[in-house]
Amino acid sequence: MATTAVVEQKHVEQEALITGAEAIAVACKLADVDVVTAYPIRPYDTVVQYISQLVADGEMDCEYIAAEGEHSQFEIVKHASVCGARVFCGSSGVGWMYAMECLTVTPALRVPMVAMVGNRALDDPGAFGVEHNDALSVRDLGWNLIWVDSAQECLDTALLAYRIAEDRRMMVPVAISCDGSFLTHSQALVKVPTQEQVNRFLPPYNRGELLMHPDNVISIAPQCNEDWVMEVRRSNYAVTERAIDVISECYADFEKVFGRKVGNPFFEEYMTEDADVVLVGMGTLSTPARVAIRKMRAEGKKVGFVRLRWFRPFPAEALAKCLSRFKAIGVVDRDYSLGSPYLSGVVATEIRTALYPGQGPKPPVLGFICGLGGREVLVPDIEKMTDFVSQAAAGKSVPLTQWIGLRE
Amino acid sequence: MGQLFAVEIIYRGVFQKILAKNICRGIVLSAHNEGKPGLSFGRYSDSPERNGIPAKSYAIVATDDETLEAGMAQYSPKQVDITVVLDDTLCKGLESWAWMGLQAVNAFLKPNATLAVISNETVPALLKTIHVKDQPYELGTLKGVPSFSGMWNYKDDHTDVRVLGVIAKAVPQLFSFSSLEKYIATKLKDGALKVQSAKLAYERFSKVKVEVGQGNHEPLRTYVQPKWEEMREGTSIVGMPQGGAMKDPATGALGGHRPARSTTFLKFATRTLRPVTNFESCTKCTLCWLNCPDASFDVTPDGLYDTDLEACSGCGICEQVCPVPNCITMVSEHEFANNASQWAAFKKDKAAYKAWAAAKAAAAVPMEQRSYGYRYKGQYKEQIPAALEAANKG
Repeated sequence: MATTAVVEQKHVEQEALITGAEAIAVACKLADVDVVTAYPIRPYDTVVQYISQLVADGEMDCEYIAAEGEHSQFEIVKHASVCGARVFCGSSGVGWMYAMECLTVTPALRVPMVAMVGNRALDDPGAFGVEHNDALSVRDLGWNLIWVDSAQECLDTALLAYRIAEDRRMMVPVAISCDGSFLTHSQALVKVPTQEQVNRFLPPYNRGELLMHPDNVISIAPQCNEDWVMEVRRSNYAVTERAIDVISECYADFEKVFGRKVGNPFFEEYMTEDADVVLVGMGTLSTPARVAIRKMRAEGKKVGFVRLRWFRPFPAEALAKCLSRFKAIGVVDRDYSLGSPYLSGVVATEIRTALYPGQGPKPPVLGFICGLGGREVLVPDIEKMTDFVSQAAAGKSVPLTQWIGLRE
Repeated sequence: MGQLFAVEIIYRGVFQKILAKNICRGIVLSAHNEGKPGLSFGRYSDSPERNGIPAKSYAIVATDDETLEAGMAQYSPKQVDITVVLDDTLCKGLESWAWMGLQAVNAFLKPNATLAVISNETVPALLKTIHVKDQPYELGTLKGVPSFSGMWNYKDDHTDVRVLGVIAKAVPQLFSFSSLEKYIATKLKDGALKVQSAKLAYERFSKVKVEVGQGNHEPLRTYVQPKWEEMREGTSIVGMPQGGAMKDPATGALGGHRPARSTTFLKFATRTLRPVTNFESCTKCTLCWLNCPDASFDVTPDGLYDTDLEACSGCGICEQVCPVPNCITMVSEHEFANNASQWAAFKKDKAAYKAWAAAKAAAAVPMEQRSYGYRYKGQYKEQIPAALEAANKG
């Protein structure tokens, strides 16, 4: 034990001023990723720009393949992963959608790819700004989906993502969603862990009997009829039954190795302890939310914020337990789900579903659609939404879904 | 709450994107040497991957994390301690790629804050173009030719450290010169030489007070964004009609063709250069009109081609395709105060126009010597001594 402590002192963490996208590139380097494919689309492309720079500078050793489109980009890494390579890929907005066919087969073939989604509005209109509909489009297919809110969390989550995805009980892909611009293009000071720490945390990629290799002759992606498909699906469903436990375990190990406290991996609570009402949201809107919550607390309002990290697997039981203790809940969706129940956003609908079977009280859940296409979610917007939630808590009738920050 | 500092860097897309980013990095890391947290980012509505498009980068720094977070929650800072304009032709104002009207370069300065411009012009010359402000502020220049490079390469001509020297002088509470020196010495190549450049800029930077009402009184163009119900369905936009004949200001005769153009997206600050036409040498070959990517040429009743300067983005293709030597010359925007039609002036007084156009063309920098763009390997290295000499003269 004593020796380990000396090693830790010798290799101290470095601090770097990098964007969220660059932080993920640094994680790829530390994870010694073998194959990276690239096809540019803003805002995700900064990650592959940075990786190409690391490769050109001789700091990172990987196959860097510029594909001719997003579809090929995801196909190439899928095949490389099946053959035993640790892989990285990503996209944004309609680029992600163009890869949709590959995105459906990636979890089905148990490919532990780590992808970054630089969240971007889907066309039309062509827009660069953040919306979460791109990543959410794969929510039913077996992808693990996480939203992060700082460059540090980008780096940490990318390391965690490889560990989680490649765990033999999982072997399914993880997509890390980063709000376009706000996170992908903002430079912040990030603690970069040492290679020794990363090596201790992340074992080499081992597909075991799933490896496609001349010494382990297997065939994948067969054509099946109705006699087989349900059993194949059930096998992937079993992964989702295990996912919450595996993720919790990996985070506990992460805390041990890197000495950084994450707490609950699935959602982060801010000033909720004695709160009457809370807002729930994903990604970088946590910044104005925390500032607004502090402001409202100073005015004597008992309000809090819950930032949901993992959307798949959805932490339904834990979240229902957490949220049922408040008098009312507001969900801020940076997405739309046209024609959905009560015309709410995706996250609001999921939270209502999570609360329904619970034994505890079922507080009203208001949905807010906000910040689409990169529109800034400002402190007064958060205050306005919280006020609506407080009115619902006081028994007033408030619409179930509202658009906030819209010109009307 | 602690203290929040915000720095705004106004620059030209592509040409100065890396430069702006490097300056913002320097701000955050220099302030970090004093234990202050900070971060840097670009203006969210910008698309700085377009040649010459006006864009902004920011660095925000605070005395503690919560104050920094409060600053982040505002997204683009609305109150800045210093604005640095990396290209003096931007003093006319900014038109973002995401159209927000014309914004004055001094719009977000706190009262009595500093506006620093990289320029070889004098302060009174710059004030002819910088819009008036309802609060006093201070204006100073950092002598030098605006540094332009490309999307993938960076001209390491010390502009970044010189700007940082100016910031250390103008906003000493943000970071001291010794914190800047430590950043340069530990994080940059050729640290010792760059410390010298930063120090010269730090020592020489001076500014003058600009009073309320001093400056360009032209009204800023604004644009009202419609409400959602006022917009057309189906992501559709009403197209432009065909346009029609135009009127000769001298004879009143109708003829030629003026295409109808957008009435809202008017160009002005998107240009660093504009074409000046010597109408008397024009052979009416049509090449400028055919090749203009913005359809900014009007066909006049007398068959000449006149640039609509509200539509011209200053790309210079007309100058390149014109077969007649010195017929079209691209001239720095600094030489012009408005977007008036050159052809109308020509028709009004040919001799006076000829003299005016010749004077403008004489002020032009020859095509091969213009500072922006990357044409051959080693080009930037060659330009560095001259840039340094210009800087040292200041």
